[in-house]
Amino acid sequence: MAAVKKNQPALSALPDITVFNVHEADVVKKYSEVFAGIGGLLVSAGSLENVKDHIIKDFDQGKRILSTLPKLTDVAELADADADPHTLEDVELAIIEARMAVAENGAVWLTEDVMGHRVLPYIAQHLAVIVREDSIVSTMHDAYAKIASEDYGFGGFIGGPSKTADIEQALVLGAHGPLSMTVYLIK
Amino acid sequence: MKSTLDHAALAEEFNKDEERVDWHDGALWWIRQKRDRSAHQTPQWEELREAASAIKSNVISNLHDYLIQFEENLKKNGVKVYWAADAEEHNQIVYSILKAKEIKQMVKSKSMLTEECHLNEFLEERGIEVINSDLGEYIQQIDNEPPSHIVLPCIHKRKEEIGELFHEHLGTEKGLSDPTLLTRVARKHLRNVFLTRRAALTGVNFAVAETGEYVVCTNEGNADMGAHLSEVQIASMGLEKIIPERKHLGVFLRLLARSAIGQPITIYSSHYKKPRPGQEMHLILVDKGRSNLLARPDFRESLKCIKCGGCMNTCPVYRKSGGLSYHNTISGPIGAILAPNLDMKQHADLPFASTLCGSCSNVCPVKIPIHEQLYKWRQEIVKQGYSANRKTFSMKAMALTLSSPEIYKTAGKTGRWLLNNAPFAINNKFNPWYKQRDMPDSSQQSFGEWYAKNGSKK
Repeated sequence: MAAVKKNQPALSALPDITVFNVHEADVVKKYSEVFAGIGGLLVSAGSLENVKDHIIKDFDQGKRILSTLPKLTDVAELADADADPHTLEDVELAIIEARMAVAENGAVWLTEDVMGHRVLPYIAQHLAVIVREDSIVSTMHDAYAKIASEDYGFGGFIGGPSKTADIEQALVLGAHGPLSMTVYLIK
Repeated sequence: MKSTLDHAALAEEFNKDEERVDWHDGALWWIRQKRDRSAHQTPQWEELREAASAIKSNVISNLHDYLIQFEENLKKNGVKVYWAADAEEHNQIVYSILKAKEIKQMVKSKSMLTEECHLNEFLEERGIEVINSDLGEYIQQIDNEPPSHIVLPCIHKRKEEIGELFHEHLGTEKGLSDPTLLTRVARKHLRNVFLTRRAALTGVNFAVAETGEYVVCTNEGNADMGAHLSEVQIASMGLEKIIPERKHLGVFLRLLARSAIGQPITIYSSHYKKPRPGQEMHLILVDKGRSNLLARPDFRESLKCIKCGGCMNTCPVYRKSGGLSYHNTISGPIGAILAPNLDMKQHADLPFASTLCGSCSNVCPVKIPIHEQLYKWRQEIVKQGYSANRKTFSMKAMALTLSSPEIYKTAGKTGRWLLNNAPFAINNKFNPWYKQRDMPDSSQQSFGEWYAKNGSKK
């Protein structure tokens, strides 16, 4: 550390990043386009009630479906925050509500309090995220302005199903994380 | 004499398979084009690069205080902090953490730093098994090769070769080469690894001094699968990964994946701040030549690198010589300016593995003047006496020729005559320029001779 102190050059100022203030006129439209472009499935569900119908229609009810939303217990088992994360290995579908979503890149922001378990959105075979339209921001700058100095133990942006192109640049959805990601937009 | 082959000799090996070279060249150029499309669609792209570069300048100039602030915040968050001066210290720290918990197996997500430190070998010698979980790195590991690209570790391999490796190591059917089917096999195998490992190690993309959190970016989700299922989570980072404030992540996360592969953001950008109940989190800050690089004003800007790999994808030399020919963990243009700082003699050939075309500097998201640094390293290396003798001799001959008009005229005449009448005198094995190259026919006269004849005509 003494070497770092001795060798670092004279102080150079931080830039002003408030200049990055381009806002989308229609964030919902932009988000929908971008999310579809990154391999996500977007459903304009309108309400949480409609989300239930979609879940029943889109996913196999015979498999394990877990949610952190008490309002979805008709269609999903409520995640138990005290369970060992290894017991989530057989989860087919995880349903989580996002804190916000970002129009420029299609990502949703989740913190551990909405995940139930940190590993849940990563270990499930399929991921469904509920996004309130009024929680969509234009850019990552707006996202961090909203996160501000919030305290969390773990938080993550998730922008689509897990993927790899490590074998000959051929795109494969479903590397280690979910094989698919569905976003249900609600008002 | 050097014990290992230099870039030119290793590139010659790679060039023997022309079909592979053409494929490699095209695949990387395609990624470069995706990067361009993505950059052009992003408003204020150039301003973003400028801001990222300025933030990193600030980091370099205030690194000491930011590191202290980061350490304080990590401790407040319940993370154990370690400092390592070199690879040996780093590896010892990882080993001691695992040993204290009697852990014999660890899963690792992508970390170029631990590749550089040869952590896997160090732990294996001490009876600890490490599995790389990034698909490309996993493939390289089972083939006993280092990664050839920092973002696309096995870009030099064809799918049939990967199929053969899977047949040998994972028992898949012989001849299977479909990328989706191979990925599914690896997914199943590595899922079991994630579920059974008590310890997980990740690299770090960005470390926020203000909050003590660090961000890890992947597309596969392997860092999160490992970390969230582990009871011991370890992160290894180079000192230069620090950024001042959380809001600066907005700038870097907008640039990183777009510059790397033309994607708007990596699928997973995970912000690790505190351990889960019952979990231990450890973070190792590694110097390994960084403080030394800070002392070189001509080269310290290379500490700004965010490891997107953009300079590799665009480099005409990298695309046609392959990452392994750089005989360094970090290959391509950025590797060629980072490596001589660690060992100038061993890496004396790397700054010469470039045409100095400047394409690397033009795509760099943090605006490192890579080609200028390559040129400066060449001067430094020649000054220190580490350049290859053949090149020094021909450079001296060229300096003499260019400094005397008479010798220049005679040399030009001789050269043209030889090219037309006795090409073998130039195109022979003593002239490395001719490897994999053909020359056009030479003209019958020099411009000087032509002008003397035609210059006065109206």
